[in-house]
Amino acid sequence: MQKVIVIGNGMVGYKFCEKLMAADPDRRFKVTVFGEEPWPAYDRVHLSAYFSGSKAADLLMAPLSWYTDNGIDLRTKELIVQIDRAKKCVHSHLGNIMEYDYLVLATGSSAFVPQIAGVEKKGVFVYRTLEDLDAMKSFGKQVRSAAVLGGGLLGLEAAKAVMDMGLQTHVVEFASRLMPRQLDESGAGILQAKLEELGITIHLNKQTSAIKGNGKLAGLEFVDGNSLDVDMLVISAGIRSRDELGAGAGLETAPRGGFVVNEFLQTCDPSIFAIGEAASCAGMVYGLVAPGYEMAAQVVNQLTQQKAKPFMGFDMSTKLKLIGVEVASFGDALGELEPSRSIVYENKDKGIYKRINISSDGKRLLGGVLVGDSSTYNMLLQMVQNDMPLPPEPEDLILGARGDKGGSNGMGVENLPATAQVCSCENVTKADLCGSIQAGATEIGALKTCTKAGTGCGGCLPLINDLLMVELKSMGKVVKNVICEHFDYSRQELLDLVKIKGIRSYDSLLDEFGHGDGCETCKPLVASILASTWNELITKQDTIQDTNDRFLANIQKGGTYSVVPRIPGGEITPEKLIVIGQVAQKYGLYTKITGGQRIDLFGARVDHLPDIWEELINAGFESGHAYGKSLRTVKSCVGSTWCRYGVQDSVSFAIQVEERYRGLRSPHKLKGGVSGCTRECAEAQSKDFGIIATEKGWNLYVCGNGGSKPQQTILLANDLDTDTCLSYIDRFLMFYIKTAEPLNRTATWLNKMEGGIDYLRDVIVNDCLGIGAELEREMAFMIDTYACEWKEVVNNPELRAKFKHFVNVEEPDPQVAFGPMRGQKIPVGWAG
Amino acid sequence: MLAEIEKYKKAELSSDIFWFKAAATNAFPENGGACVKYKDLQIAVFNFTRRGEWYACQNLCPHKMQMILSRGMIGSCENEPKVACPFHKKTFSLKDGKNLNGDECTITTYPVKVEDGFVFVGFDSHY
Ligand SMILES: Cc1cc2nc3c(=O)[nH]c(=O)nc-3n(C[C@H](O)[C@H](O)[C@H](O)COP(=O)(O)OP(=O)(O)OC[C@H]3O[C@@H](n4cnc5c(N)ncnc54)[C@H](O)[C@@H]3O)c2cc1C
Repeated sequence: MQKVIVIGNGMVGYKFCEKLMAADPDRRFKVTVFGEEPWPAYDRVHLSAYFSGSKAADLLMAPLSWYTDNGIDLRTKELIVQIDRAKKCVHSHLGNIMEYDYLVLATGSSAFVPQIAGVEKKGVFVYRTLEDLDAMKSFGKQVRSAAVLGGGLLGLEAAKAVMDMGLQTHVVEFASRLMPRQLDESGAGILQAKLEELGITIHLNKQTSAIKGNGKLAGLEFVDGNSLDVDMLVISAGIRSRDELGAGAGLETAPRGGFVVNEFLQTCDPSIFAIGEAASCAGMVYGLVAPGYEMAAQVVNQLTQQKAKPFMGFDMSTKLKLIGVEVASFGDALGELEPSRSIVYENKDKGIYKRINISSDGKRLLGGVLVGDSSTYNMLLQMVQNDMPLPPEPEDLILGARGDKGGSNGMGVENLPATAQVCSCENVTKADLCGSIQAGATEIGALKTCTKAGTGCGGCLPLINDLLMVELKSMGKVVKNVICEHFDYSRQELLDLVKIKGIRSYDSLLDEFGHGDGCETCKPLVASILASTWNELITKQDTIQDTNDRFLANIQKGGTYSVVPRIPGGEITPEKLIVIGQVAQKYGLYTKITGGQRIDLFGARVDHLPDIWEELINAGFESGHAYGKSLRTVKSCVGSTWCRYGVQDSVSFAIQVEERYRGLRSPHKLKGGVSGCTRECAEAQSKDFGIIATEKGWNLYVCGNGGSKPQQTILLANDLDTDTCLSYIDRFLMFYIKTAEPLNRTATWLNKMEGGIDYLRDVIVNDCLGIGAELEREMAFMIDTYACEWKEVVNNPELRAKFKHFVNVEEPDPQVAFGPMRGQKIPVGWAG
Repeated sequence: MLAEIEKYKKAELSSDIFWFKAAATNAFPENGGACVKYKDLQIAVFNFTRRGEWYACQNLCPHKMQMILSRGMIGSCENEPKVACPFHKKTFSLKDGKNLNGDECTITTYPVKVEDGFVFVGFDSHY
């Protein structure tokens, strides 16, 4: 058995072990790993996730048990301090000595800290390890502002992290633009504008001369005489390879750091390799994981006597994650490596900048920069890497195919050559993926498991998805958006079946058109379709509903529910407000005003729900359907009755609209808004449908949403009278209900719609399909058959009886527990 | 918290069975579940009408330690009967309690029989 010692248990050191285990099933190698850090290797690339709640354990590349299971002797918290090449052994700081046949240096790098007077002061941090983050987190709690030194890829990631800590954030960059290595002047300008919008202050052309403060940092002084007062500093000025073991061992190191290796990753001692950020290959240190993984693979190949490819450099294309602005640069981003021409698209209004560099003969794509919209990054990168031919109009690559040329712009996955590397982290090619798909991995999860593609940075996942679709199609499999294993139909097809065949229950639909016993995907989906078609009380088929729809309330941590009575348009009388207060007091509910101008009552026991509703209904309230995929609220501003700017009565209209569509079940939740003038205080332009008053009537906007991917509405029609406005909304909502995929908001629905807003306008306003009257009729049926679900339950003893925790004893759930907070209660005991 | 989960394992049938009379069959909705209390345990019992089968398991979802599984939707995954937790849609086999999303956490299941219109759940008689 041969002894392999790995120094460093970082991402690349780990990947080396993983690949060696896979290539050496007979365990001819005995592997020992020394790692200085207290934990096993973790995903440094996603380090920032540690700020947004991930635990150290979530970030581990593999659990401790993985090492034991594979017979790897992992020694964390143990630093190697000396390599004795003559005796072929290493010494650790604990005095342990261990022999090797092969030694792999995977010591990575540390953050480079420039020699600035005062860098040792308290409050100065680097951004590299979990411990760095712990230290930043606890220090950040006591201060108000922070600066990041360095406006490169990592610096901006660090800036986002400190901003998320709630600190006033500054970025200080030495160069005249952000990300100088990846972006040109204009691209960096757009990025800067976006970051400034997020509240980050950018200081360019700033060389820091000293760090001020008495023991603890108080600010920065710049060479130009200016200064900046901050409480905390994060240095992100580049990396420096950890090559300190080289000198004592007589291993050559590069002037700018890194163990010098040849194209087979060997140092001058053929039994010693260096990989990852510790290696300097042809004068270059690669500060990304993908090249490190490739190095690890090549060393494994050599040890296991497989064919090893010489390491001849690696693509350094990157996408910035996290910051809330899409930025990518690929290939020869700045067009510096060979004579080239560039095509540039700049839209300052939308914050988009795209540039591609094309070889001077106009035949090849060399590289480029994308800011504000990097959706085409993967495909463009593939074109560069595979020398794919350019489309006849290369500008289509960044502008999309325009006019009536339609469709393809040479960017589909089908045009990729088989050798194209789709996942660079795991080095998986299109041929590998297609092979696995043909061998039966026809789902994204299975495909990831068997090829490992997409398991690293995850950036290639959209591409893998497209590839899967295209490949399945070419194999003759019908690629349909079937909803789950129980129904081979799309949502739209099921809806048609339900309507045409007059099907009114889930069970009969499953009997006639499905197979198996159903599941948590198709049950609520069919429930929604049935409700959108027949508008019968959903409590009739309660076990096909999600728990929220089954108990007509929103489940919360701890298993209690929250209750939201409808308050149309946000208008409420003092008498009704008092009732809400009394009910909350009586049942001990936590109360909070929602974003939709109503009141949410939390912490209701399931057995109390009918009693609570009985009292609310007696006071004239009805269900707010906060639990359903259905109309939530129509938010309004106070409008022309009170407001000196108002031009129409927005509250009255909002109430009318909310009452019109209350209870309407749809593929996803629906929100509306009505503003009484163009000041738009109701924020109607972020809703599924938004109405804004004009001097002449109403402007109708559609397909917006807030949430994690906010999208603005688009104007559908302007200066409408009230009746026309309502009939357009009728058509719009019904068309959405009938054609959207499950759980797609109107914005997503529109984004996927061929022809986009122009087509939608054609259908709704110009009635190009001739279905306008039918849509209105269907909506009229919904409006006429509306009934409050809670009223029905409260008055029906049989339905009421279903609201209890145990069926064999009259007791509430003994596990429900609350703690106090600011004079109200909150649930306790939520694991993890 | 861990002790909570351990209880359910302990009650799992190993030697002598004790049939606990839980409730009348009509207390359990068709193709759905309800919760019964046995000593200090909460047990989810499912009336899988479609398959003509009954199942019982711990009511505690091990993912976030919530007493909730009885309110979950049931169904099948390649013919394996399963329940989905309402909180995050973790799904568990109703036959052997294994997690069908490939996660580690599993649940304990118990045998069920129906006699004279009553549902009985089987526990280890020593619990
Ligand atoms: C915040 C952040 C974001 C990043 N984002 C990206 C990204 O989006 N894309 C990308 O490709 N890359 C990214 N990177 C870079 C990427 O993390 C590194 O390229 C990668 O971690 C390098 O792996 P490595 O194993 O060579 O080094 P490391 O991960 O640094 O591991 C080296 C390990 O060796 C240990 N060690 C060093 N000397 C000794 C010794 N003498 N004895 C014992 N142990 C020792 C160190 O403590 C360390 O644990 C990011 C890095 C950071 C910090």
